[in-house]
Amino acid sequence: MDKHEGFMKALKCRECGKEYPLSATHVCEFDFGPLEVAYDYERIKKSLTRAAIESRPHTMWRYRELLPIAGEPTVGRQVGYTPLVKADRLAKHLGIRELWIKNDAVNYPTLSFKDRVVSVALSRSKELGFKTVACASTGNLANSVAANAAAAGLKSYVFIPSDLELGKVVNSLVYGANVITIKGHYDEVNRLCAEIAGKFGWAFVNVNMRPYYAEGSKSMGYEICEQLGWRTPQHTVVPMASGSLLTKLHKSYQEFAKLGLVSESDWQIHGAQATGCNPISAAEKAGMDFFKPVKPNTIAKSLAIGTPADGFYALKVMKETGGHADDVTDDEVRDGIRMLAECEGIFAETAGGVTVGVAKKLIASGKIPANDSAVLCITGNGLKTLEAMVGHVGQTREIRPSLREFEAMLKDEEKVAVAA
Amino acid sequence: MPTNVRIPTPLRQLTGGEEVVTVTAASVGAAIAELQGKYPGIKDRLLDDKGEVRRFVNVYVNEEDIRFLQSQATPLKDGDEISIIPAIAGG
Repeated sequence: MDKHEGFMKALKCRECGKEYPLSATHVCEFDFGPLEVAYDYERIKKSLTRAAIESRPHTMWRYRELLPIAGEPTVGRQVGYTPLVKADRLAKHLGIRELWIKNDAVNYPTLSFKDRVVSVALSRSKELGFKTVACASTGNLANSVAANAAAAGLKSYVFIPSDLELGKVVNSLVYGANVITIKGHYDEVNRLCAEIAGKFGWAFVNVNMRPYYAEGSKSMGYEICEQLGWRTPQHTVVPMASGSLLTKLHKSYQEFAKLGLVSESDWQIHGAQATGCNPISAAEKAGMDFFKPVKPNTIAKSLAIGTPADGFYALKVMKETGGHADDVTDDEVRDGIRMLAECEGIFAETAGGVTVGVAKKLIASGKIPANDSAVLCITGNGLKTLEAMVGHVGQTREIRPSLREFEAMLKDEEKVAVAA
Repeated sequence: MPTNVRIPTPLRQLTGGEEVVTVTAASVGAAIAELQGKYPGIKDRLLDDKGEVRRFVNVYVNEEDIRFLQSQATPLKDGDEISIIPAIAGG
């Protein structure tokens, strides 16, 4: 094995197993199956022990052996190790014994789980000699590519649908990225980017760099296990856009079990979508192992992928682990955001509202038993999708700077409350 | 009725490096058969053993996914453009 490639062995087709060199390529030439990084787990086992991990800085790179770069990380060295919050108030509200929130709404530096995948993708892009990086994005990925590329001195092009929330647009422009808005939904942005990536010699993080990029999501799962005291959670509820995060969380638990870092126990992984874009959850509920593409129409724009690339594998993981999927309406998404905010003081973006809303449904239906323990993955920050909540939260009340006016206001409200 | 077919990188070794080729077939399914005649082996890359489009291949006619049209029965007319694109990750 080439020592220069760290703990990676090759890229391998998930469908037919054909191996490829560790270059910037993502699709099997034979069957178009996605390529995945194969690792030397024997060597990893010798190097990655609980003691070794615990001795390292609190970032996602404490699991470095399981992340696909050859040398040391050069981009996003501070990313990850976000809080795992014990959510007792929300647990009571949803009617479950034990509940945890994995809070990537405060991931560094751009407040979403995408910083995990981008730090891997850009570190690897630099190893492969790229000077320009790019992505197709529903917003969060664009923010993260723009910020991390700026910090790494790389040129960036980010492609987004033209109807995104203002916060997500400004959050890309501020770093000096080239932001290209496309008149169309994400699936159309994706299609265009696949064609651009074939023409230009850029590192497209979710096209030709996808095998490396996608592996970054595993760090969220490693952290959950470590933060739970070196065990896998009984239930994990994950938002699904392409379905990649769900499959990678499963892989992270499998790897930790294989390496003996957690004791063997069963886990169930559940997927959450918005009803306005539910190709994967509709398939799961119908008991199908393939999905039908849809045209997205939902306020959960970060999940609005109608043709989910990893939908097939996400369905497989849910089936294998005994997990379930469900979806929620725009109003239920807002309810979910409010529940999380009012119970735990965490302001999630719309995808978080989807996750909380679906968790509520799965608990109410008994698909997640009330006596069990669950982790909800919150992947992005509510400050980026303010539009979704404007007009759907309480109202401010204005008074002059006068104590008398304040007291009068309270008294009036008391009267209203009594009358009600 | 010439229709342009945009060939993705992984298939260009079959088309002698051509990025765009033309077909005259009247439907997507017939176009795939015509491509197979010109570039032997290409059909197996696009279709599985049941003759369905492989699950990681997306086929578009004039920028619309054929699963929203009539799949392989989707008719083609003069000047249409077919794109064949591998599925990509989320963002």
